[in-house]
Amino acid sequence: MSNYSVVGKTVASADAAGKTTGSGKYTDDISLPGMLAGKILHSPHAHARILHLDSSKAAAIPGVVAVLTGADCPTPYGILPIGHDETALAVDKVRYIGDNVACVVAVDAATAERALEAIEVQYQQLPAYFDPERSMQAATDLIHADKSHNIEKEYHHVFGDPDVGFAAAELVHEARYLASEVTHAAMEPHSAIASFDLDSQTAEVGRLTVWSSTQVPYYLQHTLSLVLDVPMSQIRVIKPMVGGGFGGKSEVHALEIIAAVAARKAKAPVKLTYTREEVFWAHRGRPRTIVDLKVGVKKDGRVTAIAAKVIQDGGAYCSYGPVSILYSGALLHAIYDLQHVRFDGYRVLTNKPPCGAMRGHGTVNVRFAFESALDEIAARLQIDPVVLRARNLLKAPAVTANGLRVQSYGLPECIEKVVERSQWKFRKGKLGRGRGLGMACSHYVSGASNPILRSDMPHSTVDIKLERDGSVVVFTGTADAGEGSDTLVSQIIAETIGCNQNRIRIVAGDTDVTPVDVGSYSSGATLMTGNAAMHAAESVRNQLVAAAAAQFGCESEDVVLEAEFLYRRGVENTVDVNKLHRERVAASAGVGRGSLEQIFGGEKKPWMTLDDAIELSITRFGAVRGIGWYSPPPDSRGAMFKGAGVGPSPAYSYAAQMAEVSVDQETGHVTVHKIWAAHDCGRAINPAGVKAQIIGSVSMGLGQALQEEIVWNAGRMMNPGLLNYATPGPVESPEIDAIIVESVDPEGPFGAKEAGEGSVAATIPAISNAIFDAVGVRLREVPFTPERVLAALRAQKGTKRVDLTEAADPTSPKTFRVHRTNSEENA
Amino acid sequence: MNKELITLRVNGREHQLAAEPNRLLLDVLRRDLGLTGSKLACDDSSCGACTVLIDGVPMLSCTLLAASCQGCEIATVESLAEDGRLSALQHAWGTSGVSQCGFCTPGFLMTIKALLDSNPDPSDDEIKRAVSGNLCRCTGYTQMYDAVKIALKSQAKAAVSE
Repeated sequence: MSNYSVVGKTVASADAAGKTTGSGKYTDDISLPGMLAGKILHSPHAHARILHLDSSKAAAIPGVVAVLTGADCPTPYGILPIGHDETALAVDKVRYIGDNVACVVAVDAATAERALEAIEVQYQQLPAYFDPERSMQAATDLIHADKSHNIEKEYHHVFGDPDVGFAAAELVHEARYLASEVTHAAMEPHSAIASFDLDSQTAEVGRLTVWSSTQVPYYLQHTLSLVLDVPMSQIRVIKPMVGGGFGGKSEVHALEIIAAVAARKAKAPVKLTYTREEVFWAHRGRPRTIVDLKVGVKKDGRVTAIAAKVIQDGGAYCSYGPVSILYSGALLHAIYDLQHVRFDGYRVLTNKPPCGAMRGHGTVNVRFAFESALDEIAARLQIDPVVLRARNLLKAPAVTANGLRVQSYGLPECIEKVVERSQWKFRKGKLGRGRGLGMACSHYVSGASNPILRSDMPHSTVDIKLERDGSVVVFTGTADAGEGSDTLVSQIIAETIGCNQNRIRIVAGDTDVTPVDVGSYSSGATLMTGNAAMHAAESVRNQLVAAAAAQFGCESEDVVLEAEFLYRRGVENTVDVNKLHRERVAASAGVGRGSLEQIFGGEKKPWMTLDDAIELSITRFGAVRGIGWYSPPPDSRGAMFKGAGVGPSPAYSYAAQMAEVSVDQETGHVTVHKIWAAHDCGRAINPAGVKAQIIGSVSMGLGQALQEEIVWNAGRMMNPGLLNYATPGPVESPEIDAIIVESVDPEGPFGAKEAGEGSVAATIPAISNAIFDAVGVRLREVPFTPERVLAALRAQKGTKRVDLTEAADPTSPKTFRVHRTNSEENA
Repeated sequence: MNKELITLRVNGREHQLAAEPNRLLLDVLRRDLGLTGSKLACDDSSCGACTVLIDGVPMLSCTLLAASCQGCEIATVESLAEDGRLSALQHAWGTSGVSQCGFCTPGFLMTIKALLDSNPDPSDDEIKRAVSGNLCRCTGYTQMYDAVKIALKSQAKAAVSE
């Protein structure tokens, strides 16, 4: 184990008191004087032209201050530079049920909501597309005129020689896997407040301030500048506390732009907070995915080649689409040793709310397919699934066939740990019919090496200022949405400087005061902001040590700084340093309480407290600031082929899981009893935080595995609420044994890698494989709801299926099931 | 709808305010009294983030009419810190990694407070049952149960040393 004093120790999260007392402010908790409320009118049609919109009656309602339509903000935007295809309010067409049409700003939300009913809109309905494979056949009534066949983007990658690889195979497994659409369901609904200052010089409208529940304050600033046609310097974005993101807040949402445009038009601050139903429409979650997977293996289980065709049902706008589909191909790699790989990826537009980035972005559904396939192959070859995986491990360090650099690889240890804890060797296949054990692995990036907006600026910068009151003030642009990056930054800085954490104040996510940062997505904060924090703290430490060295009359190398005390190396041999420290602290008045003469009394003793050193260094240098930044190194940025920019990361996390389940063969209900989850996070900076991230990931995977699914009926979301969407609650949540594996990556701060996403993807196939172990049915359609499990069990017995939805066999699914009530779907 | 004058007793203090009879307690707490600790998260009474205690019973403030709570003792998360310091439960929550985004925290804390007030030594199953109406998306529930036990232990220790 390490001998760090703060790193590797569990500490309370930086703002725990704010969260447990209710004093911490999230966006919707903030009110400004004279603030108005905005409410949005949504489209009732999946695909329609807006022929006429009359808002005059709404505008005349007492209390209504302004009505906005697409004409007020017609500039298209999107998170990707290649995907500027949406407007905050519909300009000529609506493209999904729930699309934003108009906004009323009024004295309160109730008035605004009433006024929405007075807006008259005439639509001309157009044929709509709901199924991605049918949408790909479209020739007319395209969702976006410039996207033929409604294909947002397609990529075709070949690495090695898949034909040779398949020819060398002794067994080829081929199957189609389907995954339903799921959503982040962060507890905090999106919220934004916008307010304009008046400029003292020009007397005109001045700077805009936006408070928003966002993971990406700087991208928001950038997009607001584009759409409002205001220089970025005139826009300040503040990220208050954020109640969960999971990727759902990693792009600009319409309400952020609408609030700003509304504030300009209404000449007053405006707040918009989505209802839960609106959150579902706006969600940008994980798309429905079709994976056609072909895996060739030798008789000993070694994989010789794979071919994956992935189709993502992306919804009506681009969002992160091309990145999502590229991740689904790129992250086939970097977990096992695969040399011959064919990937065909299609991101398809449909008339449904757009999907985007969600925890485990792009990899989760493909990992479900691949890890299920490995289990199926293991069964056919009668090889232990653990052994089969062991035969396909990477030999790290490695550069994968698609150019990903892997330096640390804790997967073998993760597998070892879960095998041991679950007693796999003694229990697998021996629990009796109805109960089973299943295993699966997964991985993820520790931040994207290539930023969304092309720029050579650092991905993350941290700026530390020593105050004359003795505090260490840290400015970071990273956007903690609850995952704990602020806490981690504070620990890394305390460790590096050698100071107590109670000196540290974190100022985060405010574009006026914090240095630019790409934001919190792709699990980049630990590695990138962590490195930036470490470098900034090293600079501060060097300045403190230099000031002390001058006072001690020695070289900087001969100054020891630890636990808030500095002394000349060697002193510890003659005196008790701890005792000196205590005496000196007792005698010290603190920083800024006297002249150097008063503090040091003219003596040149070879020791001083941290307070003394801060006093001395500010006196000597005028001010003490330490700036550190992080840019991923060139050899971590990937290869040169088209689409190679997505997937490269400075480091990869690894996970292995075991699930123990029982299946009620009468009802099809699956109970998960326990999940053992090992995660290689490089080094656990805050172990309780890491465990919380692992358990949260498993919980989200469990939800997708068993119960979460957005149900569609002709483009209408049938369950846009937490009650019917049903994320896992306390009752159905099993015990989760989170196991930390520390592989110590050379690129990570103190060796740390990501902890928050790599574990999501293993849970679904682990449960699927456990169901197979329990009852011998292979479910290739997720979630494994009782109706699907029952249908599979009845198919196994040759009895009639009793599906409640249209009869798709979940063991060999062909298309997404359609919930046929009054289906309007075009044939 | 016209406003009516109502009196609410919140966290031991009385407040007189004017509110429409259809105003929800959560809305009045957050907007009229500035007690923004209780959260609105679901709109369909499924998440428990708005839980407050009404005469000691955990209830969803998003589905209670403010006017109907007159004459009751209303307690919100803002009342949990005791004598200017975090309660054992709040402290354990922070140090056990339970509060990640923190949005569900007020509801969970109020639900568990009600449980501990009536059952000072609950089993795992009793804790699980008590919080079955609350949802957390970040952390799951494993560490939450640990935090309750840590809080109970530290409370017992404090009681002995007093």
